[in-house]
Amino acid sequence: MKLPTLREVGTEAKLLLIGIPVFIWTMIPIYHMFVFAISPKEDAFTGKLWPTHPTLHNFSIVFHQQHYFLRDFWIQFWNSTVIALAVGALTLFVATAAAFSISRLRVPGGRAVMNMALFTYFIPAAFLAVPMYRTMGTYGLLNNHWSLILAMVTIAAPYAIWVLKQASDKLPVELDEAATMDGATTLQLFRLVYVPLMMPSLVAVGTYAILLAWNEYLYAFLLLSKDTDITLPVALGNFLAADDSPWELLMTTGFIYALPPAAVYYAFKRYMVGGLTAGAVKS
Amino acid sequence: MAITLSASDAPSPPLSARLSPPQVWGIALLAPYLLVFLAFVVYPVGYGLWLARHPSSYVALYHDPIFARAAVNTLIFLVIGINIKMLIALFLSGFFAQQRPWIRWLSVIFILPWAVPSIPTILSVRFMLNPEWGVVNQLIFKFTGDDGPNWLNDPAVALAMAIGVHIWKSLPFWTLILLTGRLAISHDLYEASDVDGANWWQKFRYITWPSMQTLYITCTLLSMIWTLGDFNSVYLLTGGGPADLTHVLSTLGIRYLRLDQLSLAMASIVCAMPFVLPLVYFMMKRLSR
Repeated sequence: MKLPTLREVGTEAKLLLIGIPVFIWTMIPIYHMFVFAISPKEDAFTGKLWPTHPTLHNFSIVFHQQHYFLRDFWIQFWNSTVIALAVGALTLFVATAAAFSISRLRVPGGRAVMNMALFTYFIPAAFLAVPMYRTMGTYGLLNNHWSLILAMVTIAAPYAIWVLKQASDKLPVELDEAATMDGATTLQLFRLVYVPLMMPSLVAVGTYAILLAWNEYLYAFLLLSKDTDITLPVALGNFLAADDSPWELLMTTGFIYALPPAAVYYAFKRYMVGGLTAGAVKS
Repeated sequence: MAITLSASDAPSPPLSARLSPPQVWGIALLAPYLLVFLAFVVYPVGYGLWLARHPSSYVALYHDPIFARAAVNTLIFLVIGINIKMLIALFLSGFFAQQRPWIRWLSVIFILPWAVPSIPTILSVRFMLNPEWGVVNQLIFKFTGDDGPNWLNDPAVALAMAIGVHIWKSLPFWTLILLTGRLAISHDLYEASDVDGANWWQKFRYITWPSMQTLYITCTLLSMIWTLGDFNSVYLLTGGGPADLTHVLSTLGIRYLRLDQLSLAMASIVCAMPFVLPLVYFMMKRLSR
């Protein structure tokens, strides 16, 4: 082993000088949340970097719904899960069908639909929220899970269609021709050739839609209001309604709420980075 | 296509006969999205524009000091916030391009803010900044014996904090995108420049920047469009307060909505359109190439 030269040490020191602040900056809000989650109530507000008596008691309070703010925790967790999965499934269905139709069947007007979808993708979701709220009222869907599911599908579908169209444009045309030659109907082509080949992109798009729906706050907060209807992020926001809200329980609930999407993100990171981030911005 | 042509020889056939089976399927498969689009984009937007048709709404907006303040805040958020964020992202993409095991590990941690939902982390920051019990002021008191400032009670500081939260959340995403762009640059170019004795600035100026500038500008514009809709960072940190001085356009629209002033809410969004639509047009041209 050879000793590093002075110059190498200098470079390494400079990199560390960037790396350490980046690490601290990234971790502070998350670590703060974590410390609150494992601190007993009387310890939580002393500003210590590590609690004197770390405990999992807060988690037990949350799981047993032993607080006024948490009395509907499990049903809200269930609401979040069902809505996220429904959005994932519906987005996949709508977007895969549309991408197949536009890219493989070259349906007349497909390009126009693609452009309209892209246009929706670029309009900030918070701007669409105002008319969307009113429209859901007109449709009689307010305070119904379907309002949130359909709103999230509307927001997730354009990007999903675009990613899937980009991916399916890369599949060779000969594939479809060969299958048709062998007498495959369009539906068989879709089911037996297209969907299996598109699997990686479908996983990426489904994950994207599920995470988007699980993380959504604004639409959930506008469209749902009953305590047993709302999703977890709205319940977290409701903690702020009272001045004496139990921070340690809010942070514990927040921590529990943040774990599934983080796990999903890291599990599907390969798909997310390959299928989505590279597609997000074409240089 | 050939089938379509031969079928159209017949005198005035019905629509279904003029289309080949794949095309009928094509329309059927496109229908679900079209329905979603018509019901939840076209109708709401049309209805919203109809609500915002009265000039009196715009006069009312013009006389509402909160609207003017929100417009200025949005501008600060976009012009200052986004540019700072993208410059840091550009710088950090260079850092993460270094091949070191510990930098690889750091990059896995660095993506956390993007991977976790924003609500709990924004609330965590909000508690840190609480004047009495927040950890920031606790530490200030511990080390100096003075009471720390009331962070979120000063509109300028509160807005800066909201921008900080926004940067914390979305910096990893943009750094990752710019890193992809940076890694696509051929390594030979840097080796050749080493032989020529170029310093780091010359390498950046003549190799890195020319190949990344299109990507960088695209990212900046895209981030600006999306940040217009960053409701969470402002609403959950400051709630638009103190005294409605930290609203941005996206939270202002929701504020009017909650006050049941729907036409004002729509008018405030329509006012943003002259800035949004050119950006959207530019991005669409770029993406649908």
